[in-house]
Amino acid sequence: MALQPIRHVRGRGVVVPGDDIDTDRIVPARYLRAITFDGLGAVLFQDARFDDHGRPLGHPLDRPERRGATVMLSGGNFGCGSSREHAPQSIVRAGFRAVVAGSFAEIFFANATTLGLVCLALGPEELVALTAAVAADPAGELAIDVGDAAVTFAGRRYPGTIPATARDALLRGRFDPLAELLTNDAAVAATAARLPYLAEAGA
Amino acid sequence: MNPPRHLFDKVWDAHAVGTLANGQTQLLIGTHLIHEVTSPQAFGMLDDLRLAVRMPHRTFATVDHIVPTDRRSEPFADPLADAMIKALRANCERHGITYFDLASGLQGIVHMVGPEQGITQPGTTIACGDSHTSTHGAFGAVAFGIGTSQVRDVLASQTIAMTKPKVRRIEVDGALGPGVYAKDVILHIIRTLGVHGGIGYAYEYAGAVFDRMSMEERMTVCNMSIEGGARCGYVNPDDTTFAYLEGRPYAPAGAAWDEAVARWRATASDPGCAYDDIVAIDATDIAPTVTWGINPGQAVFIDERVPHPDEVPASERAAVEEALAHMKLVGGQPIAGTPVEVAFLGSCTNARLSDFREVAAVLRGRRVAPGVRAIAVPGSTLVKEACEREGIDRVLVEAGFEWRAAGCSMCLAMNPDKLQGDELCASSSNRNFKGRQGSAAGRTVLMSPVMVAAAAVTGAVADARAVFGAQGA
Repeated sequence: MALQPIRHVRGRGVVVPGDDIDTDRIVPARYLRAITFDGLGAVLFQDARFDDHGRPLGHPLDRPERRGATVMLSGGNFGCGSSREHAPQSIVRAGFRAVVAGSFAEIFFANATTLGLVCLALGPEELVALTAAVAADPAGELAIDVGDAAVTFAGRRYPGTIPATARDALLRGRFDPLAELLTNDAAVAATAARLPYLAEAGA
Repeated sequence: MNPPRHLFDKVWDAHAVGTLANGQTQLLIGTHLIHEVTSPQAFGMLDDLRLAVRMPHRTFATVDHIVPTDRRSEPFADPLADAMIKALRANCERHGITYFDLASGLQGIVHMVGPEQGITQPGTTIACGDSHTSTHGAFGAVAFGIGTSQVRDVLASQTIAMTKPKVRRIEVDGALGPGVYAKDVILHIIRTLGVHGGIGYAYEYAGAVFDRMSMEERMTVCNMSIEGGARCGYVNPDDTTFAYLEGRPYAPAGAAWDEAVARWRATASDPGCAYDDIVAIDATDIAPTVTWGINPGQAVFIDERVPHPDEVPASERAAVEEALAHMKLVGGQPIAGTPVEVAFLGSCTNARLSDFREVAAVLRGRRVAPGVRAIAVPGSTLVKEACEREGIDRVLVEAGFEWRAAGCSMCLAMNPDKLQGDELCASSSNRNFKGRQGSAAGRTVLMSPVMVAAAAVTGAVADARAVFGAQGA
């Protein structure tokens, strides 16, 4: 599980407006009827993008100038609701490498970071300004500097936040923690042995 | 003398294995609950990495999201759902994991099964690939939802990487009025603190109102912690907790029971401990609460009006307009009287025996209004059987409800139970997100089970206190 460090994300952006975008919106539950994550990239925001007959509703993701965008911009509390990892899986499989939002729901943030999807939070003023700038210039490229927790667009730098733990994990290529968790198994056993409910169960 | 600590710190510290390179804690997960939706990919990853399940005896499975609630014989009509239950069964068998299957008589929503079996215990850590894992905090456990990669982490290592949250104590003191339920308390808390207010926090629910609550009511409250942004919410364990657990299959017995109770008692927050934040709410301010919008924080008391976009701060206007448009509501109109097409009693929030008892008490001798499709879905097979022993199912059926088998059902509509078109559903569940109940245009109004009953019999969102009198309080 040696992963490439993620120091920068560069690419065009697409704005999915609104606060409190929930994970049911990102991937409706009917697409969770599967035993793999295959194909989820195609159903990203399905019900916001297409009507019951599959006709496009003019969602920002479907505008021609947004094709190939790798940075999604949205509002506060992005990814709230269900813990479904299908949501960040879908975003990644649709080609996105980063989400810039007002804030992130915790379970979404943890899921996304484990997949190497960079989640950068901006303050309200920066977010409004950046969103307007990106909306006005679809061809412009955003440049996210993970170590700096900032995004640059059209010559302006927008400082934000990435929690130090996630930043460190991304920069070291250790955002998938499993290998490290497995190396500490003796300490796991010792901790379990000190807990009566686990010791009694014969851990 | 150690400084006083709250429950969260005690449980966290006891389960902390160490500090990871990035500064996060490696946290031991004592109890891992799994279900068919978020585990198959995790088992697949385990296979790819040739890893075993670290503590199969601390891993418990059931099937809930995709189970049909009418005809449950296999194969299911939906081949995708059928593949999911078969995958779960095979994975549990292969790894030696206890699985409460359909035929066991113990199947149900995973957050019902853990408490019913006494698997959910104070002072433990519990994780599940499901955001409503916060439910188990009702027992004084530190319990939270995780994603599928973390399900893999727990399966393989019995631990996850996690950043310790802050702790906010939410004190609700005073007495709830007649006809005001646990559901109203948590909807009011979310409305007050916002759907994002709990990000970065665990919630400790404390005060006279929670002290008096039954375990089932505490579960309703803790269940919706995540709707307020808090990944984890808990109530300190007390005699009510211990009385619920005593004699359950996985609860300690004999001398071990007494030791466990002493240990659990010591897990509760110490008097005088420090919190990162404290919020006080007066119970007498809380009235029956219903949602009007597309997230659980967009809620009003039953006698209030839906907000008008012109009355809210400019920063919220677009959200209010979007919610009103989806709900087909006019800003400024009373929420009471909004026509209802579907009534849903179910979900891990409100599908326990006490919920159905309360509903049966008010529905006896009444009829669901013409044109309303009403379904009642017990949260577990044990709840279903208990209701049937008490004749609750007959009261509901005579009133016009369909009486179904246990599962998540129309809370998220992964099974055949779905809204059609733009139907408006009075629902005892936990989420009113766009499309949540299976139709992109479907509309959800969250409320307590007794309020669902009132909506069902009147055909509109209604104040149950007026419809039924102030009984059931």
